[in-house]
Amino acid sequence: MKIYGVALLAACFLLGKLLGNLLGKLININNDIGGVGFAMILLMASSIYLRKKGWLIPETEKGVWFWSAMYIPIIVAMAATLNVKAAVSGGFVAVVAGIVTTIICMLLVPVLSKIGRNNEIPKT
Amino acid sequence: MEIIEKIISKNGLVFAFLFVGIVMLISFWISKKIFKNKIPGVAIAILIGLSLAFFGDKKGIANIPIFAGMAILGGSMFRDFAVVATAMSADISKIKQAGLAGIISLFIGVTVTFFIGAIIAYSMGYTDAVSMATIAAGAGTYIIGPVTGTALGASSDVIAISVATGVVKTIFTTIATPLIAKRIKLDNPHAAVVFGGLIGTTSGVVAGLAATDEKLVPYGALTATFYTGIGCLLCPSVFYLILKFFGF
Repeated sequence: MKIYGVALLAACFLLGKLLGNLLGKLININNDIGGVGFAMILLMASSIYLRKKGWLIPETEKGVWFWSAMYIPIIVAMAATLNVKAAVSGGFVAVVAGIVTTIICMLLVPVLSKIGRNNEIPKT
Repeated sequence: MEIIEKIISKNGLVFAFLFVGIVMLISFWISKKIFKNKIPGVAIAILIGLSLAFFGDKKGIANIPIFAGMAILGGSMFRDFAVVATAMSADISKIKQAGLAGIISLFIGVTVTFFIGAIIAYSMGYTDAVSMATIAAGAGTYIIGPVTGTALGASSDVIAISVATGVVKTIFTTIATPLIAKRIKLDNPHAAVVFGGLIGTTSGVVAGLAATDEKLVPYGALTATFYTGIGCLLCPSVFYLILKFFGF
């Protein structure tokens, strides 16, 4: 049943959030640190394990795939509910600081992408 | 009319499904017919979303009562739930390979963003360490800004600027990622992991990657989700003290 997949996703999601919040508590900031990241790792690990056991059948997976396909519409809804006016009215500092820092970090992508990759090329 | 409004306001989320569905339909039609698929439908849909946000206020279009459901559909619960689901399509061996690069890019991303943000804040007249740190933290994400500002006791207008800085970053990332992707070789999972770590705004990274290449989303999201936490940890403490140390 599809709900099993959705339930698996929900379990990973909540457990990940719990881990993120516990980590936040641990280092004294009341914030979620990487909850979504932990949840993603949990989902990947559990789906590999369950597939090996033969418990994760395609019908169950469909419950996860549905939500995976829903993220684009959700992102569109999120874009429509951003505080765009504040971004524009936040003044010149906000615009310059927001854009300049982002561009510099984007330009670092090809530099840092080299890490951990060089030694992989000869193998393939 | 009254009946329709009543039905919509009572079933806001369902109406949001319909509304976003129509936006997607129009966007993909525009992409196919007008731009011959050169600009992805997803990118157009996100741009339409951003421009719709202008009709509202703090919560974008959701400030208009009949569109209130959009805030639920686009809220952090559904967003995170769907982003976690994308992990199903991620290749764990590729993540392992990019793991170290991802961690390094997280720290470099937070650090570079903070200090360049601080320099920009300083050059624009915010010369005290607290304001500099708050605005610079906002250049990380719109959550780090207010967290840092509150911790350091920044004034409310500076905190507002820091939130605005973070929102500018999110929107700019959304729009610029598909445009710059080729030039920064953002076309593989490895680079997406690094990109997520460097940029860090989960909403911007996910939306920008979706508009570039949907397959890259889980990889970018995975690292980006740690960014805000690391920023909240470093900005009001170590980074603020470094600014102090340099005599601001």
